[in-house]
Amino acid sequence: MKPKSAVTIGAIVAGLVALYSWRLAALPGALLGNVLVTGLLTGLVYGLMALGLSVIFGVVRVVNFAHGEMMTIAMYAATLLFAALKLDPFLALFPVAVIFFAFGYALQAGLINPFIERPEHSQFMLLVAVAIIMVNVLLMGFGPDARSLQVDYALESFEIGPLVVDKVRVYAAAVAVLLAVALFAFFRITSTGRAIRACADNLLGAKVVGLDVKRYYALTFGIGSALVGAAGVLQVMLVDVTPALGPAYTLLAFVIVIVGGLGSMAGALAGGVLIGVSEALAGVAFTPSAKSMFSFALLILVLLLRPQGLLGKKAA
Amino acid sequence: MHAPAQTKRAAIALLILLAVLVVLPAVANAYLLSAMVLILYFAYVGQAWNLMMGFTGQLSLGHSLYVGLGAYAAAALFVHFGVSPWIGLWAALAVSLAAGAVIGFLAFRFGIGGVYFALLTIAFAEFTRIGFDHFDWVGGSGGFFLPVKEHGVLDLASLRGPPVMFYYIALVMAVAAFVLAWRLRTSRIGYYWLAIRENEDAAQALGINTFRYKMFAILISSAMTSLAGVFFAFYYNNLFPEQIFSMGRSIEIILGPIIGGLGTLFGPVLGAFVLTLLGDGLTELTSALGIEIPGLKQVFYGIALLVVILFVPNGIWPAVARRLGFGPAKSGR
Repeated sequence: MKPKSAVTIGAIVAGLVALYSWRLAALPGALLGNVLVTGLLTGLVYGLMALGLSVIFGVVRVVNFAHGEMMTIAMYAATLLFAALKLDPFLALFPVAVIFFAFGYALQAGLINPFIERPEHSQFMLLVAVAIIMVNVLLMGFGPDARSLQVDYALESFEIGPLVVDKVRVYAAAVAVLLAVALFAFFRITSTGRAIRACADNLLGAKVVGLDVKRYYALTFGIGSALVGAAGVLQVMLVDVTPALGPAYTLLAFVIVIVGGLGSMAGALAGGVLIGVSEALAGVAFTPSAKSMFSFALLILVLLLRPQGLLGKKAA
Repeated sequence: MHAPAQTKRAAIALLILLAVLVVLPAVANAYLLSAMVLILYFAYVGQAWNLMMGFTGQLSLGHSLYVGLGAYAAAALFVHFGVSPWIGLWAALAVSLAAGAVIGFLAFRFGIGGVYFALLTIAFAEFTRIGFDHFDWVGGSGGFFLPVKEHGVLDLASLRGPPVMFYYIALVMAVAAFVLAWRLRTSRIGYYWLAIRENEDAAQALGINTFRYKMFAILISSAMTSLAGVFFAFYYNNLFPEQIFSMGRSIEIILGPIIGGLGTLFGPVLGAFVLTLLGDGLTELTSALGIEIPGLKQVFYGIALLVVILFVPNGIWPAVARRLGFGPAKSGR
């Protein structure tokens, strides 16, 4: 991250805190600290979810409108695995991610690759259709009521001075960061990762040197899907899942990625943290049900003032 | 223009369809009538949305915003101050025009297009939905209800009456929207819109003020859509922010034109017919079989959308038009 970007993000966070501070001033400092830490940790899981969307958009240039729906499918998968096999979500992470990778690969190879030459709105509507089917199949299968996943250590917490932080939240955030780091490494070190970046940076050049672009697109969609699958498994330990969460998470992922910068991996994580903290603050400063209003306000502001996102590169 | 013979045939077919629709309430039962009201409603809003996406190429995924604003504006004036919806609809128009103007100005001035524009429209709709959830003057998330008078009493001044009244209002709206879209489509502004849709840079280079004409599109579309909201409020008598502003509603609005045929005049009408009849038919069929599955109809809509985008990307109207001998549709995409 460049120092200038760090300053920009710092300024935005400071601005947010200033916005909330007239409501927050009355709160005790320990509570405020807890809220900030909780928001930060939740934000990292959000960031992992958004990272999946960002990777897909950055390379394939397709907006995955079914992203949140895939997230909820992973959440349901984790509850099922836990109920049936007592599989701890931190272990369920791996099979779910693998299955999501295969699903994403197949989706791109079978459905979206033939659409690469089509107009933008056509691809967009294709994924809207996939999203509608997903959310309503979940509704048909699981009903509208919330399901939760309670591991044995769900209620345990770390106490650091005045701060009390849920253990699951810390673990989930740590895993999210680990996966993000692994992804950065994959794109930097491995030849496959470099080839995918080549496809994103210069499509024509990638074709000229003989890269099988469509295969790399499918791989990328698989990777993005695996990330959102992992994020879903982590998220279900933090919130209960309902089918209606799907569209909400799709929007949330869009907000995060646009705020952070479409196609920028660091931006997705930073955007996730920013939105997580903003939601947490709005939840205590105003009312939890109004928290996403602030996220949308932030989105509108960013779209207007800095459409490439906080960490995004200027569009060519 | 079409060859004269084709135009004539199309005009005759249209008049026959209109005549059938006018006399339909005489023979239709209550169920068919309510389905027809829904079809006409979707034909109307589909036409409004089509002006933006089909004609001008600006993808709005937040049209539920204008439906909701129109509905709440007219309903609040009626409930709180007893203002007739015929006056209230001007307030609805004003509010939606203002929203459309803000969104259009911000988006088009700052050069936000394509997917970003779509996301901006969603963001405004969602922002407003959550706002209305906490807007206690109109009931907040608990909903806002219009008083229902005695059944069967016709009170046209405050839009209280039997379903037949709403049927004819919806019919007039759908026909008016069709005529307006047709007039716009064949006027200078319509050709400018098509030019912007096909190639905005080229349109600008030709001296078209693309900002102004995109603003016209969003203003006309949002105004038309807000009237659908007024109709919705007085027909259903209950408003919930969770529903009326939801993205699902915006998607419902755009399904008809996309399945029927983007950028065509008949597409929104045909799409509304096909979707509502098939969707309701499916619901009827499953409930006759004793199965009640929430979400089944939406899955069907999703599959229909997927099939159309995959296999008939121009929608079903152009193909139907050729089959009926109306000539190739004028503006297939």
